[in-house]
Order: sequence, then C-alpha cells, then structure tokens
Amino acid sequence: MSLELKQVSYSYSVGTSYEVQALKNISLTINEGEFIGVIGHTGSGKSTLIQHLNALIRPTEGTILYKGEDIWTENYDRRSLRHEVGLVFQYPEHQLFESDVLSDVCFGPINQGLTREEAEKQAKKALAQTGVAEEVFSQSPFSLSGGQKKRVAIAGVLAMNPKILILDEPTAGLDPKGRDDILDQIALLHKERGITIILVSHSMEDIAKYVGRLIVMNHGSVVYDDTPREVFRHYKELEGMGLSAPQITYIMHTLHEKGLPVDTSVTTVEEAKESILKALALRKKTDRGDGL
Amino acid sequence: MGIIKTLQLCYDYLRYDDEGNDPVPSRAVDQVDLDIEAGSFIAILGHNGSGKSTLAKHINALLMPTEGTIWIDGKDTKEEPELWKIRKKAGMVFQNPDNQIIGTVVEEDVGFGPENMGVSTENIWRRVEESLKKTGMTAYRKHSPNRLSGGQKQRVAIAGVLAMHPKCIVLDEPTAMLDPVGRREVLDAVTELNQKEGITVILITHYMEEVIRADHVYVMDKGHIVMEGTPREIFSQVDQLKNYRLDVPQVTILAHELKKAGLEIPDGILTAEELAGELCPSN
Repeated sequence: MSLELKQVSYSYSVGTSYEVQALKNISLTINEGEFIGVIGHTGSGKSTLIQHLNALIRPTEGTILYKGEDIWTENYDRRSLRHEVGLVFQYPEHQLFESDVLSDVCFGPINQGLTREEAEKQAKKALAQTGVAEEVFSQSPFSLSGGQKKRVAIAGVLAMNPKILILDEPTAGLDPKGRDDILDQIALLHKERGITIILVSHSMEDIAKYVGRLIVMNHGSVVYDDTPREVFRHYKELEGMGLSAPQITYIMHTLHEKGLPVDTSVTTVEEAKESILKALALRKKTDRGDGL
Repeated sequence: MGIIKTLQLCYDYLRYDDEGNDPVPSRAVDQVDLDIEAGSFIAILGHNGSGKSTLAKHINALLMPTEGTIWIDGKDTKEEPELWKIRKKAGMVFQNPDNQIIGTVVEEDVGFGPENMGVSTENIWRRVEESLKKTGMTAYRKHSPNRLSGGQKQRVAIAGVLAMHPKCIVLDEPTAMLDPVGRREVLDAVTELNQKEGITVILITHYMEEVIRADHVYVMDKGHIVMEGTPREIFSQVDQLKNYRLDVPQVTILAHELKKAGLEIPDGILTAEELAGELCPSN
C-alpha cells in the first residue's frame, strides 16, 4: 500500500523566464500506517510535494508509484487514487460550500458513486470521528466557528475512506484547545483506523508530540528524514533553514549548559520532566558520595 | 487617561435569517473596561470566538460600540469628524499578509497609506525609507511582495502601517501563518518598535510564548475580560488558563509538572534561564 517517489523533480513555468525548480530529485517511500510530519520554511516545496502525492501535480521528472504502479501511465485511474489519498488544504474551511454540514460531507462519497443514503452513513461516521456534534449537521457550515469548520472539512475528506490522509497546516489560527482537539482526533484516526497520516505544520511542538517520522524540506530537497528526536538534534542547522526545534529542546540545552546532566535530545514536556527528575536524583546521589 | 480607554464597551453582531425576520443580536464584546498606557506592550489572549478581534477592531474604529465608549488618544470614536484622525493613530495588521498587501513593489505598498493621507511626495518617500529601515526591509524595497516569505510580507504590512506614523499598532494574530523564523522576525520587529519608537503595541495571539514579551496581558472569554496581569501573574494560573481553552509556554508547563512531582519551584516560570536558576544552584 506504499506510496513511492523516485527521483521526482518539479519546475513551475517550464520554458519561460519565470521557471523555478520547486522540487529537486526527491526519492522517498511512505509506508502504510505511518504518521509522518513535514516541515520546511515558506517556499521550501512542502505544498508542491504533497500535491504530487495525490496526482494534483505531474512531476517534471521522475516517477511516483502507488502500490507499485506508476500513477502517470496513460491508463492509470487517478480518480480512484485521489479517493484513496485524501488532501486537506491549508484553510480547509475555504473548501466548504454546501448549505448544510451533512450535505457538505456527503459530497465526496456521492461523487464516488454512493447513493445519498450510503453517503450519509459514511458522512455521519466521519463527522463523529472528527468530533462534530449531531445538532450541527443541519446547520450551515458557514455559521460555525473556525475550529468546527476545520473539523467539517476534514470529515469531508475522511468520508471518502482514504487510506492516506494529508493535512496541510490544519490548525493554523486555532486556539490552543482547538488545536489539541483536532490533532488528538487525527492521532486517534491513525491509531484506530490505521490511516497513514502526513501532517504539514509550522509548530515544532505539535510535530514533536505526534509524529513518528519527520521529513524536513529545504530549497526543494529533502534534507532530513528521521525520527523527530534525531532530526531535532540538528537544531542549529534547522535554524539556518528558517525552522527551529521545539521550545523544550532549547530548555534542555540551557539546563545542560548550566551543569544539569539532562538528555538534550528530548522533544516533549513529558520526556523532559522524566529526564530532569533523573538528572536531579543522580546529582543528589553523587553529592552524597562526595560527602563520604 | 491612557492612549486607549474603554468604558463598559459592548458590541452586538446582528444575525439575519433567510425568512426576513428581525435580526437577532449576539453579543461579542461585553462590558469591557480597559485603560492602556501609551508606550506599553499589551497582549490579548482568548479562544476562537472569545471577542478579541471584535474588540481590536474598535481600536481603529472599524467597528463602533453598540453600547459604551472607546477613546483613542482622548478621542471618542463615535465623533464622526475624528474618525480619520483616529485611524491614523491606530494601525492594524491582520493574520494573512496576502490579504493586506496591494502594491506590486514593496516601496509602493508601504507608500500607499501616507499617499492616501495626502502627505507630500517628498515626505512619502522619507516615510517609506524610514519605515522600511525600522522593519529591516530596506534591502527588499524594489522587490515584488509576491516573492517574499511570509515573515517578510508581514514586515512589509507593518512598515505600511508605520508609514502612517501611528501612535499604536494592533496586530491580530500576525504570526499564525508563519514558519518559526518568520514568527521571530515579526516579533522582533514589533518589540523594537515598541522599545525604540515608543509605539503602543496590542498583540493578539494564540502562541503563548509570544506573550512573554508583553508588559500586561488580558485574557478574554465570552466577550468579557476574565484575567489580567503581567505574563508571570497570568501564566502562574495554568489550570485556569486551560479552562479558557488556552495554554502556557512549554517551559512554564514543564516547571508546573516538576512542581507537581515534588520539586520546590515557584509558579509562573517564563524562561529556560529562570528554570535553570531554580534547578542548578550556582556553586
């Protein structure tokens, strides 16, 4: 079920004086069931990359394989590919258009050829999974709060039963609770439905908290592809690329410099707490040892 | 009286239905009393829909209070003839830089405000020059705004406001769409304007770590101001903030967790250095 990019390059406006190479020779494999984060500064090629994954953009060079098949051969069914690889754009609320929430979420499944009844079943399931309450179903999607709109838009993609769900900064502009709620919900989908998740984000803290694998884009190339812990070890290099490490990583470096022997590679608050308590216990022990 | 003062400020949005019934008012800002000193750095926190942006739009008279009064530099926004003077005093920067940049060249965009105000050509260029310099964008003055990064675009937007020589700048989630470095660029630019130029800054944000720089923080919920104080006073109340759907910076939450685990650490730790000071006694 994997999605594979082989030496993919992409240029905008080929053959004109505005030609820009947005992706340079990218090879990577997205395996079933992964939770992947993608970070990179504005203009690093993240959005161009993810639009290749469901065939919205055709690579200028290289091949993309889904389940081992080249998705750009003449007879390949790219329509079903787009059903299996769902893409939620940044500002998903701009994708809403129907007069009520339920119809909006039904749009995808009906387009896939389901009857209204079947589609509603799918839609209700998807809305439940993104945490949208039933009394909202008949309301206009435009009367909802920002967080609710995002949930409805995500449900709209989810209702098509994608195997891979790509989210481009789904939480921009949400308050902290709304952000946590949506990301927790996405993590749950990953865990319970086994959906492969690709999350593009500017929040290093969210990335550290949720993803198992982290891809870093810079100037159209993949510069790191590893666990968040390993990637954030390179925080100095990341800063040079317009990125950073999670706040917690900087805190641990400061503590370490001041002489507390903590693990500087931790990336979440929980890990940091454990590491600090361990370091303090160790210091106590050696202090006592010195006294003897 | 401070540069911004409100007395029992209320604002109702009107909700119309399809049947042509009388509109139903829904209260977005409810009895807010503020008194903001000139030259201070103010942060406003609150969840989506808490009334922050509605309140902010009163500061440059984009919205008029339904009840109560707001004075900007001593002028009541309801006094029609004062409107343009007020808008010159208080500039706004919004979340999406692409929605507020209109020029095809950076320096033209920055010059738009003063030109609109009837400033003489010579003075427009002087203002453009100094505004670009203050936001660190001089090197990009001949560039097309389209080709800039998010952080650079926001700094152009800030320069555009600066060129109107405002006394105060209201920034409504100016960093929500930016990458980490873009976020820092914008905040550094804003902090410098506050400290060097003495411009009053009102920052609305969902990033708790940006609030540490503020002199005073207001927390809004359901249109009311429910908490106010210094960042340390506000972030000492982790549980209450969570009730309002908010958060605290990671270092504060870490210190809070360590305290719960039995360590003796005061509430409201705001920086890594403060935490180090508690954990690593210099010997």
